[in-house]
Amino acid sequence: MKEFLEGSRAIAEVVKLCKPGVISAYPITPQTHIVEELASMVANGELSAQFVNVESEHSAASVVLGAQATGVRTFTATSSQGLFYMMEVLFNIAGMRLPLVLTCANRAISAPINIWNDQQDSISLRDSGWIQLYAENIQESADLHLIAYRLSEDKSIMLPTMVCMDGFILTHGMEAVDMPKQEEVDKFLPPYKPLYKLDTAEPLSMGLLADPDYYMETRFAIQETFKSLLKAIPQVNAEFKGIFGRDYGDGLVEEYCTKDAQKVIVAMGSVCGTIKEVVDAQRAKGKKVGLLKVISYRPFPYARVYDILKDVPRVAVLDKAVSLGAYAPLAVEVKAAFSGKQKAPRVVSSFVAGLGGRDITLESIKEIFLKLTQKEASLEFIDLKPELLTEEYGQ
Amino acid sequence: MDNKILFKPGHTACAGCAQSLAARLVIEAAGSNTIIANNTGCLEVFSTKFPDSAWNVPWIHSLFENCAAVASGIEAALIYLGKKDATNVIAQAGDGGTADIGLQALSGMLERGHDILYVCYDNEAYMNTGVQRSGLTPFYTNTTTSPISARFPGNLRPKKPMPEIANAHGIPYVATASAGFPQDIQRKVKKALSIKGPKYMQIHVPCPLGWRHESGQTLAVAKLAVETGLYPLIEYENGKLSGARKFAQLKPVEEYLKAQGRFKHLLGDPESIKQIQAIADNNILKYNLKAEAQKSD
Repeated sequence: MKEFLEGSRAIAEVVKLCKPGVISAYPITPQTHIVEELASMVANGELSAQFVNVESEHSAASVVLGAQATGVRTFTATSSQGLFYMMEVLFNIAGMRLPLVLTCANRAISAPINIWNDQQDSISLRDSGWIQLYAENIQESADLHLIAYRLSEDKSIMLPTMVCMDGFILTHGMEAVDMPKQEEVDKFLPPYKPLYKLDTAEPLSMGLLADPDYYMETRFAIQETFKSLLKAIPQVNAEFKGIFGRDYGDGLVEEYCTKDAQKVIVAMGSVCGTIKEVVDAQRAKGKKVGLLKVISYRPFPYARVYDILKDVPRVAVLDKAVSLGAYAPLAVEVKAAFSGKQKAPRVVSSFVAGLGGRDITLESIKEIFLKLTQKEASLEFIDLKPELLTEEYGQ
Repeated sequence: MDNKILFKPGHTACAGCAQSLAARLVIEAAGSNTIIANNTGCLEVFSTKFPDSAWNVPWIHSLFENCAAVASGIEAALIYLGKKDATNVIAQAGDGGTADIGLQALSGMLERGHDILYVCYDNEAYMNTGVQRSGLTPFYTNTTTSPISARFPGNLRPKKPMPEIANAHGIPYVATASAGFPQDIQRKVKKALSIKGPKYMQIHVPCPLGWRHESGQTLAVAKLAVETGLYPLIEYENGKLSGARKFAQLKPVEEYLKAQGRFKHLLGDPESIKQIQAIADNNILKYNLKAEAQKSD
């Protein structure tokens, strides 16, 4: 049954269905509604969990680390500076192979302080060892949480997952959402059975010092697991479809009108909805355009991107984050997919848009398609305001 | 007490390390139904170098500053699992991990009321990284980041009053202890664990390497710190001072200072010694450390 829900409410509802035993979070916009909803579910007895109000995001991540290590399914959510404050704990969680799930309500990074959406926060954590999945809409945001717990807790994976949903656009937007039923969730996501845990009956030490004789293999092992995720994600996505009747491409990427396309935009997150609308309108006029939506940024599905785009003449990559001093973060990966390969698009142009919450409109997307010419754009900002870049403002 | 050895020998602590001694006393008093969260520091490094671990209880290390928060998560998970009443949770760290980088997480743990015993092993500097000053380094100590010179007599600040800071959170039990008084450590650990809620213990643990004394002098140096009034052994229960170890005769601080290379520069300087004696005198007065003279018949 579909319900008209705010994005944050949908996430709280779906997290409740996953039955976490410990939840810990610290307030930060635009993530707060999610944990407020969960706090009230715990308070009114709808959800039997320990809700730990902490003094910082660093401790929020540390609390769920400790709880997960004790053998309990956990949940936390954050955004922006909060995610950065968690950063060393997040690397630690991945290194300790603890299968946590975290919602990142994507938001810009200071300075200047800005509470609105872009994807700089989670993108900057790309090397942390967390699986990163990006959602297009509220339904997908909710569903990715189920997929996240299932993937993370798989005994052959044992890595944490960050579900990334665009702040405000998805967290505060309203949508008709097909909420899963508890029995369906229970079928898809069995109770958490830890591979190892802190237990006085079987004492073990976790988080040991690994010297140069041992450290590197721990990193190699995670890298190998990410390779196996390229198979595991499509499998879990197919199982998800079997139970819930919907899926998201192959779970790694979703193709939209790419088969005969002459121009394709590659993007992640809610902007994909806007791009689909432009693609529909241009297709109606006979223009062969399409979208490649990347859902899994870590692991990055290089082979799938190659297969889908190798015969497309012109590709534009749209980033909602930057890697200052280098090419844009998604564009780098897309270009790398063709490195050393026989085929490649003639043009792979890179565009950055929507930083700090600037709207990416239908016009912005049309402009990207227009700018996708013979000449490759190495990194172009869309919807810049030239009047703000004058010397007058510089003073 | 358990017959199992809970902190096994064979770890890589320095000869004469009081932290390893105190850590063993703490876990032996706590018993095998205990889970430990340990901050980064000497204890973590010398007890858990992969593939070995000295710990025969469940033990976890995450980061330098978060053991109080990790322990909070462990406690929350145990409550969820219905196992809390049968399990002690100990968070432990060095002085830097407690009074400096870990103070925020510790304060959060104390304020939230978790049923956890927090133990600070106070060796009065960052020993694991090479004797840098911390917030618990004493007045006029020579460390690698508070070096002595013609202009500076070492560390310019007194110790941060951590027991009072912990006590100000309104927690049920706060105690200081010393490696020089092993039975006292174990009595306090047992007492702490018999009380529900957050508890804070700070144990003075001499470090021969950083304090520059012979490794065989560890216990003697630890005792002197207490017997001079520089490291009073006190207890707070429900906010009120409920105990202090008293001495008929307190020793002059010079006896403690001259036993250690880190204070060697003060020995020809009566004015500096006077200032440190004033710290001890203040403790003696504040905590009433002087035992009443026995009435003679």
